[in-house]
Amino acid sequence: MSDSVRITVDERRVDVVVGTSVAAALLGIGTTAFRVSVTGASRGPLCGMGICHECRVTIDGVAHRRACMVAVADGMQVITGAASHA
Amino acid sequence: MTYASDFVCADQADVADIAVVGAGPAGMAAAAAAARTGQRVVVLDQGFGEGGQIWRHAPGTPPAHDARSWIGRLVGSTAARRFHTSVVDLRRTESGFVLDAEQGTSPLCVQATRVVLATGARELMLPFPGWTLPGVMGVGGAQALLKMGTSVVGKRVVIAGSGPLLLPVAASLANAGAQLLLVAEQADFGVVARFGVSLWRRPSLLMQAARYRARFVSARYATGTWVSEAVGSSDVQRVTVTDGRRTETLECDLLCVGHGLVPSTELARVAGCAVSHGKVVVNAQQETSVSGVYCAGEPTGIGGADLALVEGEIAGLSAAGRGADAVRLFAERNALRRTALTMEAAFAPRAELRGVCRSDTIVCRCEDVPLGAIDPAWSSRQAKLYTRAGMGSCQGRVCGAALEFHFGWTPDTVRPPIEPVLLSTLVGRR
Repeated sequence: MSDSVRITVDERRVDVVVGTSVAAALLGIGTTAFRVSVTGASRGPLCGMGICHECRVTIDGVAHRRACMVAVADGMQVITGAASHA
Repeated sequence: MTYASDFVCADQADVADIAVVGAGPAGMAAAAAAARTGQRVVVLDQGFGEGGQIWRHAPGTPPAHDARSWIGRLVGSTAARRFHTSVVDLRRTESGFVLDAEQGTSPLCVQATRVVLATGARELMLPFPGWTLPGVMGVGGAQALLKMGTSVVGKRVVIAGSGPLLLPVAASLANAGAQLLLVAEQADFGVVARFGVSLWRRPSLLMQAARYRARFVSARYATGTWVSEAVGSSDVQRVTVTDGRRTETLECDLLCVGHGLVPSTELARVAGCAVSHGKVVVNAQQETSVSGVYCAGEPTGIGGADLALVEGEIAGLSAAGRGADAVRLFAERNALRRTALTMEAAFAPRAELRGVCRSDTIVCRCEDVPLGAIDPAWSSRQAKLYTRAGMGSCQGRVCGAALEFHFGWTPDTVRPPIEPVLLSTLVGRR
């Protein structure tokens, strides 16, 4: 079994695999809409490698972090665009 | 630019003889070669670890077989390695160069006498109706997320686009339990025949896919076929493909579309290096038009890992002042480069891919600019000023190449910082 860490995604606590990216962790729990575009459309990961900025979420209070480029960490707080626009 | 660096550099700079930007094949080879000569080397990379995109592996999992010896060579060298580090500016100083970077959420400044740029490539993403829906990803993007641990078990997947990347990604997704419905290559059959189409047909892959699924999985491989539209309410639900005569609509959970690779040249351009036809111009020693700045791998022209390794070694030796030792590698480099140029021509996107866009199809995803808002008579600078296309968070990294494909525009100038950074980084505070 892989080690896991507990993160919070939009107030939902989930256990995710150590070493994975925030993007992979979010997709793993069924979150596909990461941010809301300037005209209000849902967007999710596109490039998977830090180029497109479509997977931006708020991580530990810092907005516009690329979820595909940040590793999960125990106690991490992730807020998606869908939640921040709710 | 003087925003953060004067402050940070004063007492907190990394100092090296050679700074290598990028830890993919080219950067690893350059750093290992330079470190072997006794130079102080620092390697900076945005990712989680060594390997770049092609040899990406999740932390704690072993890298691909052919990557291991190179990763071992770098890790075993004296080169310092910094990951999660985005270099956002490169400029000349009296004694060499300064690289401004953001490591995680902290500013980082590196002073180096010489610099090797091994910044890799990104996917060519061409717009089509529905490409902004969650669940539509790049082909390499899906591969990257898969390697980082995303599950695709049972997902109905359509892969489309062009180039040799489609096949290994199809194989990976099938291997990971996806229900692969169709692999659609836009290039015509004659072009594709040369490139091992049998890879995805490996019975073992289908056996593995079938094991995850209750029924037999038969993925089709179609040439001369491209996506005309994706549809969904919140996520992608259906994709329509066409060969120009007939169309077919498939229900899917994941649509992966990529049209090959585009060199990432922003850092070279901000440093003032000459770029021609989207590629960084280098001499036989891999040195750019800026003396002391070398470039290797995909930024000098898409060529794959083998070419990147050779170019990287040449660049590393040259930057270390051992250019004479690199001469023995020239013949291999030149032969690989010739092969790369023929591949580039073969998988060029077909003209029909322009026609799939409607006037309301978004081109610039950061600023939600539809194609119809853009006048083909403009320049990319005018499109920025009038519509904000290319001015969003990705700074034109996605729409720039798309607008080039549609209108023949060359990208606008690059200004530092070449990636969005935190305000705290700009003012140099940790």
